[in-house]
Amino acid sequence: MIKNISNLGDTAVYCDFGSEVNEMINANVIDYFNHLSKLIKEKKVEGITNLTPSYNKLIISFDLTITNYKKIKNLIEGLIIHRDIKNNNQKIKIPVCCDDEYGLDLLRLTEKLNINKDQILESYFDKEYFCYMTGFIAGMPFLGNLNENIRCDRLETPRVKMPKGSVGITEQFANIYTFESPGGWNIIGNTPKKIFDDKNLNQPALVNPGDKVSFYQITKEEYLKWNE
Amino acid sequence: MSKTYFEILRAGVNTTIQDKGRNHLYHVGIAVSGAIDQRNYLLSNKLIENQLNEAVIEFAHQGPLLKLKNGQINFAISGDIFFKIIRKNLEVEDGECYKSYILDEEDQIDIISTKKSTYGYLAVNGGFDIEKTWGSYSINTKANIGPNNGKKYSLKNKIFIKKPGIKNLNIKKINYNYSTDNVIRIIRGTNFNYFSKDAIDKFFNKDFLITNLVDRMGIRLKGPKLENIVSTNIKSEGLVRGVIQVPADGNPIIMLSDHGTIGGYPKIGVVISADLDRVGQLTPGSIINFKEVSLEEAQNIFKAYTDETNIYLNECN
Repeated sequence: MIKNISNLGDTAVYCDFGSEVNEMINANVIDYFNHLSKLIKEKKVEGITNLTPSYNKLIISFDLTITNYKKIKNLIEGLIIHRDIKNNNQKIKIPVCCDDEYGLDLLRLTEKLNINKDQILESYFDKEYFCYMTGFIAGMPFLGNLNENIRCDRLETPRVKMPKGSVGITEQFANIYTFESPGGWNIIGNTPKKIFDDKNLNQPALVNPGDKVSFYQITKEEYLKWNE
Repeated sequence: MSKTYFEILRAGVNTTIQDKGRNHLYHVGIAVSGAIDQRNYLLSNKLIENQLNEAVIEFAHQGPLLKLKNGQINFAISGDIFFKIIRKNLEVEDGECYKSYILDEEDQIDIISTKKSTYGYLAVNGGFDIEKTWGSYSINTKANIGPNNGKKYSLKNKIFIKKPGIKNLNIKKINYNYSTDNVIRIIRGTNFNYFSKDAIDKFFNKDFLITNLVDRMGIRLKGPKLENIVSTNIKSEGLVRGVIQVPADGNPIIMLSDHGTIGGYPKIGVVISADLDRVGQLTPGSIINFKEVSLEEAQNIFKAYTDETNIYLNECN
């Protein structure tokens, strides 16, 4: 559960669930996130403006004209959290094309990891991933955990423009660049699937914290013909 | 009847629509956006008797050149701005900030530049004819959300006006005092103890320069390198407006309204709410100093700042 609660500036409460990254700690974060989201929707709390769950932290932002740190801290300490058995978490399948023009760092990775391209892809597509959080840019999912044999550091020099749809890996994590953006992850392919849709007002992000994600490989022809 | 609109004859550097901002979307990666200087945003609306939460045009450095088509409006500009009104008959008037004006069909507003600040606000009577996305009119250019397909305005775009026509306003000018105080007050960040004693001394006693890397996402500073004795990376976690992150190069970055929602650099401090408007207005080349305050002090300073904003708002009546 929460190990420590402190203030992040004068308009946010910082809930620390621990320092490790694993599904158990993250599930606790998401339980609190879901519980608080429900209270906000049902207008049972006042003044909370944002919730930001991450691997092992939850940040609760509030409007200082309505409430304050002490009030929100008391609220959090008084919550009794039950795990929601029938949660809304989904299983999502995402197509990826790994041709050389999309898998920008595959060649470099074969040298760095000392295994061939097929082995990298086999390892990558083999797993079902867990979504720890979304963010940085709109709808970007942070997924884990990669098989040990394809874990690697960030690019030494980040790209100024990562193409939209790029599928990247770093350390034990995988992600998807939902917009063209600067970025430092190693790119193994690109997805034609819409991962963020601002027309879908209720759920703009395809992948949300707690969801399970698996990837499958498609050909360039399938990529180019992709139509949603 | 033809609709009333501004035709953009020059777009300016970064011209967008902003309001109070957009909440409850950090968890999907969407920042709050909203006017960088919230006090001046409110004042621009109040000067022409708009609802305080009406959308306004925000511009940075060089602003837009706008021509009014098919109608009349009241407008007001807030900030520290050099602008002119070019009447239809080509007569040119020097514009004054914090004052309401009437603009006739074919008149132009030429927002030449900001002075000792970065952002300014243009409000028109009744607001603009645009749609809200997730409860806000703000344009978020990073996620392409909001009016104009979430992009900053460019040449020949049109900005339609919701309820054209003029009100008979008491033309009232307020005397706004721009603070020239370059001391920015902060509360200790959650990774304050990652920094050496020497780094903390420097953080509170040395000058920091505002570099050219300034936009609605954040401000990059340059100063003495702040030595980190624990780790230059943390597991990525949420950010809020005002957080001061210190990456491996030791130079702090202050997060502003369009910031990335999560980040992996240690947080040395967080700018207090009362100083956020002032931080957002800092211009490249300025020097700032940081001063620590407690949470209680920050809350009291915020209360005083809000009271002062209300005094200015009442002056507009």
